[in-house]
Amino acid sequence: MPQMKNRSLVSINDFSKEEILHILDLAEEFEANPNQKLLEGKVVGSLFFEPSTRTRLSFETAINRLGGRVVGFSDSASSSATKGESLKDTIQMVSRYADLIVMRHPLEGSARYASEQSLVPVINAGDGANQHPTQTMLDLYSIRKTQGKLDDLNIFLVGDLKYGRTVHSLLMALSDFNPTFHFVSPEELRMPREYKLFLEEHGIPYYEHGELSEIIDEADIIYMTRVQKERFSDPMEYERVKNAYVLKRNMLKGTKDNMRVLHPLPRVNEIHTDVDASPKAYYFDQARNGVFARMALIAAVMGLK
Amino acid sequence: MANSKELKVSAIENGTVIDHIPSENLFKVITILGLDKISTQITFGANLDSKKQGRKAIIKVSEVFFQDHEINKISLVAPHARLNVIKNFEVVEKSDVTIPDTIVGIVKCFNPKCVTNNEAVTTHFSVINKKEVALRCHYCEKITTQEELRFEAS
Ligand SMILES: [Zn+2]
Repeated sequence: MPQMKNRSLVSINDFSKEEILHILDLAEEFEANPNQKLLEGKVVGSLFFEPSTRTRLSFETAINRLGGRVVGFSDSASSSATKGESLKDTIQMVSRYADLIVMRHPLEGSARYASEQSLVPVINAGDGANQHPTQTMLDLYSIRKTQGKLDDLNIFLVGDLKYGRTVHSLLMALSDFNPTFHFVSPEELRMPREYKLFLEEHGIPYYEHGELSEIIDEADIIYMTRVQKERFSDPMEYERVKNAYVLKRNMLKGTKDNMRVLHPLPRVNEIHTDVDASPKAYYFDQARNGVFARMALIAAVMGLK
Repeated sequence: MANSKELKVSAIENGTVIDHIPSENLFKVITILGLDKISTQITFGANLDSKKQGRKAIIKVSEVFFQDHEINKISLVAPHARLNVIKNFEVVEKSDVTIPDTIVGIVKCFNPKCVTNNEAVTTHFSVINKKEVALRCHYCEKITTQEELRFEAS
């Protein structure tokens, strides 16, 4: 079994293929039996330097289901950071109170830095546009659960592929599993060159498309992301392309039976609500899987499993 | 020819001569090596003609000898620098600088949202390309390229 005890979880790139599979197996165990008091008597410091209600609730649910307690803050306005305390000092202090730290912070690289300052393991709950490894883990869990495997899948990534942190991490994490990628995005929000180079170096096929079309009939997974107006240098360009990246129920007609639609949430309008009732809509179950993935990660770093 | 281009800075008895520094980076080299904080004699010249590079600078520092890991810190600002170790007015050793595999401090991360640009954190990079310099930030994981290289003020 991979040795993860007392290790911080900062970046999905820190996980080997074996470690990923081990965490997914653990998450499966927690899904089958979600109330296990493994964290009884432990305190988790939950430090959200920027608000993220969804991620925070998911972590707090995971901790509560494990029988642990939570201390912390849910945005920087209620933390000492507003008084000018450095990140280093906050971490030095909290790591003397808590047995584990879960941290969300707007600065990129803050999680790695916190892990170096902390006396206890740090789980990164998002550091700016950089990493959000527990999101990636729940995405992988959702893919494996719906497809029965991670290998040899046709993965469609749709929307903002330039700034989308989740799609970048997912791409890296899946690279060990022989995927074929399809990128569907507006010209301005295409997958950055560094990721395409990475795929080329690893012999992983990818195709780029300008809009959602029948091509999705080949998909095993369609991973939707938000296309945000403020990402466009020209607002007119946004108006012109925005409807090309909206998934509607009638577009699912020719898709494979095993195909599932994923989305990191929150959704705005990129998935029409008429998709929600389709058996192929998986995004709410995906969010639920986040609790099990986080329970698995917490248990692994605390050496409880 | 050679005579007229002879460098007019005094010879040293014991110490180190650092040659082939790009003129525009002379003061960066001085800062990186901490030569502005030592008490032994230093002479330097800039805007000297060079066959290898347009304009070069040279530093002669008495009674100071560098270890590889110290001198390699200047490799990003003076990739072609050459060291001559002087003992009793004789060159006893010549060496070139090499770009190390990791760089701690010296360079700034190009990413304005990186923790190293917002908290008191020493930068730390792994060198992923030595020819066309590319440095991956240990913290934000973004890549700083040759064109984006900026040096920390010290
Ligand atoms: Zn950085």
